Amino acid sequence: MLKDFFSKNAKKKKYATIPTAKIKHDVPEGLMSKCPECKHIMYTKELKKNLLVCQSCGYHYPMNSYERINSLLDEGSFIEYDKEMISDNPLNFPGYLEKLEGDRKKTQLNEAVVTGEGTINDFPLVIAVMDSRFRMGSMGSVVGEKITRAIEKAVEKKLPFIIFTASGGARMQEGILSLMQMAKTSVALKRLSENGQLFISVMTHPTTGGVSASFASVGDYNFAEPGALIGFAGRRVIEQTIRQELPEDFQTAEFLFKHGQLDKVIKRSELKETLTKVLKIHAGGRE
Amino acid sequence: MTTELEFERPIRELKDKIAELQSFMKEKDIDLTEEITRLEEKLNNLENETYEHMKPWDRVQIARHAERPTTLDYISYLFTDFIELHGDRLFADDEAIVGGIAMYEDLPVTVIGHQRGKDTKENIRRNFGMPHPEGYRKALRLMKQAEKFNRPVICFLDTKGAYPGMSAEERGQSEAIARNLVEMAGLTVPIVCIVIGEGASGGALGIGVGNHVHMLENSWYSVITPEGAASILWKDATKAKLAAESLKITAPDVKELGIIDEVIEEVKGGAHRDPKEQAERINVVLKASLQELLKLSKEELVEQRYEKYKNMGQFTFVNDSIGVN
Ligand SMILES: [Zn+2]
Repeated sequence: MLKDFFSKNAKKKKYATIPTAKIKHDVPEGLMSKCPECKHIMYTKELKKNLLVCQSCGYHYPMNSYERINSLLDEGSFIEYDKEMISDNPLNFPGYLEKLEGDRKKTQLNEAVVTGEGTINDFPLVIAVMDSRFRMGSMGSVVGEKITRAIEKAVEKKLPFIIFTASGGARMQEGILSLMQMAKTSVALKRLSENGQLFISVMTHPTTGGVSASFASVGDYNFAEPGALIGFAGRRVIEQTIRQELPEDFQTAEFLFKHGQLDKVIKRSELKETLTKVLKIHAGGRE
Repeated sequence: MTTELEFERPIRELKDKIAELQSFMKEKDIDLTEEITRLEEKLNNLENETYEHMKPWDRVQIARHAERPTTLDYISYLFTDFIELHGDRLFADDEAIVGGIAMYEDLPVTVIGHQRGKDTKENIRRNFGMPHPEGYRKALRLMKQAEKFNRPVICFLDTKGAYPGMSAEERGQSEAIARNLVEMAGLTVPIVCIVIGEGASGGALGIGVGNHVHMLENSWYSVITPEGAASILWKDATKAKLAAESLKITAPDVKELGIIDEVIEEVKGGAHRDPKEQAERINVVLKASLQELLKLSKEELVEQRYEKYKNMGQFTFVNDSIGVN
């Protein structure tokens, strides 16, 4: 169905091609919500019940970290890690602390990732969920450290690790420290892998830059949500470099799938079921 | 003659003046020794002043100097019996990254580095030192080969970034870099990385996860080019100079942030003024690094890398969490 939508409305602007800088978070509020894609109007309550997916066109609204956790994990099973970790201003970058404070107020989050452990249909795991509402989900020291600590917990407890990525890339204001978070999370993932433990990456809208070029792309299974923007370089930068217009579906989950970069594009409605299957197979078939 | 950078102009002007006086003295047979000595002293002070207190943007200019020694230049000075090896066995040979095997004195090694061109023609062939996925995959192939034959890996970093192009995205630029980070983390041989020019973003880090990481004094290492940062932060690429200052990208700054091990001192005025001498200065640091790392077991090498990167970052805690749940 989603496929049909893509081909039939080829001329219409797609949410998947919105340049990174313009990504809006049409988080449904109020009684009614209008789909930014097909303008279909739904009761917000209904929309939330439908996992924030438009009933008419299948558009996947961005999901924040706690909505994601609540939609997947068994009720009451989630135990959060390192909730109180917050960013410093290592470069004394002008205005950075104010921006962080603003986002903390706006999102009620301390940083751009929530980590912890819980169960999915009784399968225990460690989970990290990035939240693009906080500084565009960019990765600075806290994001890198929380993810690394979560992976270390998975190693210690011999649990699978699953991450939901949503990030504009590096946290500019932390400069080189931000870049090094890519290496930091990688050394931890290598240890997890050497232990023969499972790592699942689910890329959601948007997964770009340094996050795309580190943990997001090296899952034992790389999954993505329909229509998610995924890529290394920004669309605008590429267009300026090659001086050529890019295809409409460029850097969408579907584009990456076509080019062999993803195991599967999974609709939100089928996500829990698919993850459960993977966890079951990795548990040797035990339910 | 070495191309002069803008901030070096006062030095050249003073040098010209001294030369003029010298020839005038000879011509007219007048004794100007005193005046010349005074000016030479002034020149010496000016040079020290200019090169010892270089601003971040001055260093960026030196790091980008057309005559700055490249990976292949240093390979020719530091190693013998170098054989360049090509191709990723999957798609192509990316000439923006060079790699091969060589002898470092009596030690077999694998050497890998970003390679930019010396002129426009070579730069086009080498894509200005901006790799495609096949470059990173070639590097990984050579690293795995080094691991098999128990050879240390030496990486020279010098890139404005991984190439932002359509084909690069199609072939998995992200995956290629990400894979290298994870595999370098686990490599059981010593890895020494040296930033010799520009080190931007994942494109640099993609061959940059080492046991020891050093930087030449006038090289820079950053999450993004100063121009890229300026355009993202202030929507104005001309503010690159400000970005170079704010992002703390110079070798001394990066050292202070705890990211690198050593700043390798440069020849006065920059490595391009005496590449051979510069190679010798790299040699001293490289030798010390390898001597130290060769004492470590395979497990210790991986562990050392783990601890090194695990400690990078700066954060704090709130007492009362304001998050929801
Ligand atoms: Zn819709």
